[in-house]
Order: sequence, then C-alpha cells, then structure tokens
Amino acid sequence: MDSSKLMSMKEAVGKHVKDGDTVYLAGFTHMIPFAAGHEIIRQGRKDLTLARATPDIIYDQMIAAGCGKKVVFSYAGNPGVGSLRCFRRALEKGQPKPIEIDEYTHFGLSGRLFAGATNMPFLPMRTNKGSDLPPFNPNIKTVKDPYTGDDIMVVPPLKPDVAVVHVQRADVNGNAHIWGIIGEQKDAAFASKKVIISCEEIVGEDVIRSDPNRTLIPDFAVHAVVHEPWCAHPSYTQGYYDRDNEFYMQWDDITKEHDSTMKWMQEWVYGVEDRQAYMKKLTSEKVLKLLPKAAYSAPVSYGSV
Amino acid sequence: MVECSPSELMVVVAARELKDKETVLVGVGIPNLAANLAKKLQAPGLNMVYESGAVGSNPSRMPLSIGDPCLVTGAKSVCSMYEQFAYYLQGGRIDVGFLGGAQIDKYGNINSTVIGQYKTPKVRLPGSGGACDIASNVKKIIVITPHEKRRFVEKVDFKTSPGFIDGKAAWKALKLQGGGPYAVITNLCTMKFDDASGEMMVTSLHPGVTIEKVQENTPWKLKVSDKLEQTPAPTEKEAATLRSLDPHKIYLG
Repeated sequence: MDSSKLMSMKEAVGKHVKDGDTVYLAGFTHMIPFAAGHEIIRQGRKDLTLARATPDIIYDQMIAAGCGKKVVFSYAGNPGVGSLRCFRRALEKGQPKPIEIDEYTHFGLSGRLFAGATNMPFLPMRTNKGSDLPPFNPNIKTVKDPYTGDDIMVVPPLKPDVAVVHVQRADVNGNAHIWGIIGEQKDAAFASKKVIISCEEIVGEDVIRSDPNRTLIPDFAVHAVVHEPWCAHPSYTQGYYDRDNEFYMQWDDITKEHDSTMKWMQEWVYGVEDRQAYMKKLTSEKVLKLLPKAAYSAPVSYGSV
Repeated sequence: MVECSPSELMVVVAARELKDKETVLVGVGIPNLAANLAKKLQAPGLNMVYESGAVGSNPSRMPLSIGDPCLVTGAKSVCSMYEQFAYYLQGGRIDVGFLGGAQIDKYGNINSTVIGQYKTPKVRLPGSGGACDIASNVKKIIVITPHEKRRFVEKVDFKTSPGFIDGKAAWKALKLQGGGPYAVITNLCTMKFDDASGEMMVTSLHPGVTIEKVQENTPWKLKVSDKLEQTPAPTEKEAATLRSLDPHKIYLG
C-alpha cells in the first residue's frame, strides 16, 4: 500500500497545480470539486487555462479571483438560472481582467477529452457544420473523410496538466468508485497528465474490489488522494447530499457587481482555512435539507468458479 | 374552455407533438414539463433523455438543471457525457429534441451564443452546450418560445444551432443526419417549415389569436400555410394534469 498519495487539499493543490497550468475540475453538474477551486484561489494561482464543459459557479469564482487567463468551455451559463456574471464581466468588460475563450459544443468538448484520453490525433464528429462557431475557432477544422470523400468536422485532443475529480469513495491509492451522473470524469482523468482524486469516503481496497465495474479511475492514473467530505457543495454528490439549488439561484444576486462577488469570496473562500471550516459556516438547517433519502441498488454477484 | 396562461398553452401544444415510445432529448423548464405531460397523457412509453447522460428518467420533482440528482434516482441508465453525445445523439437514437435561444430566424437558425459581434459581445449568452449537436442529429427539432419581436429576427446575430440556413438547398448541402427544425410553438401560434423552401410558416392559430396579431409580433412577412388550422383549446384534463406537475408554478407562472 502506497499511502503517500493521501494528503490534504492544501498539499495536493500546492504540489500539483502550478501557475500557467491547464486545469480541468471535472463534473457535469454533479460532484464539481468546489473545495479544490477554493484552495486554488487561496493559494493565488494565476494564468490558468480553465477547462470545463460547463464553467459553472466554480470557474465564475476563479475568474472573479483572477486565477484564469483563458476558459475552454461549451456552456457558460448558470444551469436553470441564467448567466455566469463573473465570466461575462471578464469577457465583456475585462473586469477584473480580460479573459480569452476557446469555445466548443458539448460534443466537441467531451470529444476533445475523449481524444486526449485515448491519444488520438483528432476526433471526427457530426456537428458544427452550418454553425457560426468554426470560423471563430481555428481549432475546429474540416477534413475529407477518406472513405466517402465528404467533409467532416474534427476537434483536437485536450490534455490538461491536471484534473481534479471528486468521487463518492476511493481507497488510499486512488481507485475511485463513481456513480450517478458520470459526466466527463473518466475522460478528464485519463486525458490529464496529473490527477487529484477527492472523495467523500476513504474505503478499503476490498470494498473497491467487491465492485470493480464501479471503478472508473484506477489507482495508477492517480497522483493524489484527498479525503474531503462535502467537497462538491453547492454542487452535489449523489446519495450523499443534494444540489443546493437555492445557492445556485442566490449566486445570480451575489455576483451582480464585482465588489459584491469579492465580498462573498472574502467570507466564504479567503476567510476560511479549508473545507471543514467552510462546512462549519453552513447552517445545520441547510445541511439537513440537502441530505437525501437512501435509494439502494440491488446487490449483484461477481462470483466465479 | 379552460383559462390558461401563455406558458401553460405552449406546454400543452408542445406535449401534443410527442408520440408514445418516442425518445426525446429534454431540457429543463418548459420542455421538461411538455415531455412529462405527454408521458402522463398520450405517450406513457416516452423515453426522456437528458444531455447530462440520464436516460429514461422518472423525476419525482421538477429538476432545476439537466444534471439534477432526481433525474438519476430511478432512471433506466446513466452514461457519460461523451457516450450521451456519441451513442445516443450521433448514433441517431433521438427522435425529438427541444431547443431554445435568444433569437430565431425564418429558417429556424437559433442563436444562444451572443448578441452583437462574437469578438466584441454586447451580451454574451451561455453558448451551444449540446444545442448545435442536437440540431445536427435529431429527427425533429421543436422550439418553444414566447412570440416577441426581439426573439424573432430576420437574421440571427450568430448561428449557434443550424436550422435550414438560408433555405433547404444550403441545408441539404451540409448533409446533416438530423431532420432539422420541425415546429416552433409560441403563445400565439404553431409554425412549421415549408417543405420546399425551408421557410417558417404559420400552420395553426391558438384560440382567440388572429393572423394579424401574429404578423404584428414578427418582423418579417410571415408565410401562412394554405391549410391554416385552429389550435384546439387545452382540455380540462390537459390543464389539470399539467398543473399537478408544477404545483408551485415555478415555470407556469
């Protein structure tokens, strides 16, 4: 057992996230590693290329804090609510600083990760034709299909320097069990040079081996393991805590101005030492409201002769 | 006749377009209500698929986002984001997709990216997400939108999701596997697309609406189908079932 991978979020970010890196904090709505984003902000990382299909509130916060120089994305909205105001301020007004964008469709961005993970030179796909996006993004190209002679759109591989993936449970070596919306977590992990796994629970290797189909990321792809309960709040972790939809709606008000955003950041990011301290600030009423009823799957047998 | 709000009317009319056993790619809000309503009425076997990877969802409450945990509890399957787009969408397994946007033009091109210029945005919108992928690959695109002049424009500022471009010929040349725009449902009428030209045309007027009123709210001279129909008013059953789906009127207000 190599328990040297087990460390705090502060250590993991300090060791594996460098200024100028391309980072991918994974999770499609689900299990977005907010605690990692907050630690990156506290450590003052800058010039990051922030890659995520949906920048979501996490990158809105990192943009407001001035961590990013570029956003690689496919949907820059607050799902079900509206705009990401910090992203828009950076893009429309250069506040707090200008930000470059590298934009795709969801299929394009998830395809870039798939191509990165599988080491393909590019990935052909049936999308983008007829859209106005390719003329503005030279990374989206057209090639001739060698079999039919038709034009086909392609996207290049995306290979982030570091991915952070939050999961329900992992062992100390980083074998990670994930369920629920599995988004682009596996693709992001396999595409990235370094991987930080954070988890709600650390379990024994026997638990992992009892259900190998659920291990989407194996230990040898992982560089650090962080035991970080409630890492994803206000996003959620299926079966552990629900999405804090109320906060997603409040974010729209909090971010009306850059100053009001930074006031919130002072209190909830800069003003706390780590995720435990953040959790102590959440009211117990809020926490209780987010705890779901259990819904267990039927057990399966992996037995063999 | 049941009194209905404009949102309720749009949801009821959209729900009628969905057939049993179809597979529909659903967004949150109004399209989600339309799909759930159809499932409770004429289409109990409707498969609801979300771009977050949830397949055959049975949500017990209204989801705020397409990645809401209630879409996973009791779903038929959950796949990765890449698999959703590759296996389901590009694989040709989705019959109907709902799209929305800030602007739509007479050929059904949709803008959800930017008002103004891409490089110097007046208003930056969220962007495609899966919209362009859906527009390129599903058999029928349905758009539900309030009928306002700022939304219906002669030419969109940015084509996020291709409709029939500037006519059927240009669209055919793209060789997309999808069927393109199928219906635009507003609070005033239902519009479909002319087979030959690919231009939007009014096919059905909602109760109490005149063609003049539709034209007043559309900035170009609208085509009208020679088989113009009257949209049947929502029935008691449709209205009651719909209201039970959104009892707090989050989307139906």
